[in-house]
Amino acid sequence: MNTQLLLIQVFNGLVNGAFYALLSLGLAVIFGMLRIVNFMHGALYMLGAFTAFALGQLFGLGFWPSLLLAPLLVGGVGMLLERGLLSRLYGLEPSYNLLLTFGLTLLTQDLVKQVMLGRFAVSSAPYSPPEALSGVVNLGFVVFPKYRLFVIALSLVVCLVTWFVIEKTRVGSIIRASTENPVVTRAFGIDVSRWVTGVFGVGVALAGLAGVLAAPIYSVEPYMGAELIITTFAVVVIGGMGSILGSVITGFAVGVLAAVGAAVYPPIANTLVFILMALVLLVRPSGLFGLPEGAR
Amino acid sequence: MSAAVTPTARRDPQRTVRAAWLIGLGVLLLVLPHLIYPVLALDILAWGLFAVAFDLLFGFSGLLSFGHAAFWGTSAYLTAFLLGHGQSVPVALAGGTLGALALAVPVAFLSVRSSGIYFSMITLAFAQMVSFLALQWTDLTGGENGLQGFARPSVLGLDFSNAQVRYYVCLALFALGFAVAYRTVRSPFGQAQQAVRDSENRAQSVGYNPFRFKFTAFLISATLAGLAGSMYTFGHGVVSLEVVNWRTSGEVVMMTLLGGTTTLFGPVIGAGLVLLLRDVLTTANFPVGIMTGLVFVLVVLFFRRGVVGTVQHWLRRR
Repeated sequence: MNTQLLLIQVFNGLVNGAFYALLSLGLAVIFGMLRIVNFMHGALYMLGAFTAFALGQLFGLGFWPSLLLAPLLVGGVGMLLERGLLSRLYGLEPSYNLLLTFGLTLLTQDLVKQVMLGRFAVSSAPYSPPEALSGVVNLGFVVFPKYRLFVIALSLVVCLVTWFVIEKTRVGSIIRASTENPVVTRAFGIDVSRWVTGVFGVGVALAGLAGVLAAPIYSVEPYMGAELIITTFAVVVIGGMGSILGSVITGFAVGVLAAVGAAVYPPIANTLVFILMALVLLVRPSGLFGLPEGAR
Repeated sequence: MSAAVTPTARRDPQRTVRAAWLIGLGVLLLVLPHLIYPVLALDILAWGLFAVAFDLLFGFSGLLSFGHAAFWGTSAYLTAFLLGHGQSVPVALAGGTLGALALAVPVAFLSVRSSGIYFSMITLAFAQMVSFLALQWTDLTGGENGLQGFARPSVLGLDFSNAQVRYYVCLALFALGFAVAYRTVRSPFGQAQQAVRDSENRAQSVGYNPFRFKFTAFLISATLAGLAGSMYTFGHGVVSLEVVNWRTSGEVVMMTLLGGTTTLFGPVIGAGLVLLLRDVLTTANFPVGIMTGLVFVLVVLFFRRGVVGTVQHWLRRR
């Protein structure tokens, strides 16, 4: 195989990796802080893309305002879900969170499908990238669509900022304190449940952002998050559940490995991530960056 | 353990209740194909056994498998493949079921070392791997088209083109599978299994090896799910990618929850309710996903005991 093709595959892998990273980062934030396994993450990603599409159809909003507005709206939906539904399950087995969000996934997907068919008369819609990002850019060794490079860059920035806020700032320490010892944190005068809702909202907004970014590449479709969420779960297992840095690094790495693997042997494309997961589980059941289960 | 306890008067009511459930369910299943059309009745049997198999793992071992479609689907495909290659019905059913068991060995080995949510995600990922294989291995599975039009040659003078005949054959298989599940739960093994579920450390400290119990429970559950999957193929005469989809794994969870976990009878009732409801809604042209999702959400939020669990709870309190 020639180097040119390999490089293109690496870049394509980074694009997929950007979505894995953003999604598993959101899952890691939500799980690491709140011990909620949000199966709905894929559906919320789809909701981000759908919101961008709907904002464009209804109000003529372009890509840039949607890139800001759609994650905020989806994050808001997430906060409502946390307050209204998920908070009722705190104290029960975490499995119930998984089951509830699974049900919500089925519900959301089919609702969006009904709305798309009923209101917009389409079941799947293309979404065009903004003018400034259309066309290709010549990197000297490879020619690559501008928009895809933008996705890689923005996702990297967002991941780094999120990691920085959680690990290095006062806000991060408040969040960690709220979740590790809510009683003591409350004694310091911090409204823990409000922070919990906020964290959930941020995690969900990350999924919404990924959705808007994905819309011009994969087009908007009610089930676009369905397969992606499963791959993201595998990424989370490989990276180590709840590890912020682990999810970002593993996200990009899995994207690249799967793309390169597909170039070498095409049928393996979709299964490679699960094979990787099985191998990692054999050697390190708690994932590459995860702490052993007892230590969590 | 329970064997040491003499059946005193205090234990009797529970036994009577259990016998009543057993007889009630038995009679219901015997007359079912005369009440609704036989293929739907057969669906209830297959999904019911699938849900019982799932409950064996979830309810009695505390392991929420989100990938049981892998065993159901593998068996469904293998059964279809064997029938399509001229094998007799008993061979195809056994082949499918054993195929599910064979797949379960490595999957169980890798997944039961983890617990809780981790276990769920790992089983889900393995099931997805099976689903991709089914999509790509078109020689075996027919890919997007699935498999259909395979023969179901008659055995012992039983004409399998008749849906009623197929139903009663499956009822016998269902009874066999249900008996295995019932015996497992009520055996010393089942007691130890539940002890491991309630407190792994305590079970370990009295000398049980948690890994072995979870591993074995997983194999039994996957094998029964396989039997159910081959019943499904046998009943319908078609297999599509739907049998390995992750929504299938989720649906069996919903049926079990709706009926009531750890009740054994519940999953069958749950499967029946979901399939009947779906049958009504499909004819009414109502989107199935919305209904499924809504039932899921309502059951998890407000009805965690399920139908049979609620009735049992109510009977016990009287």
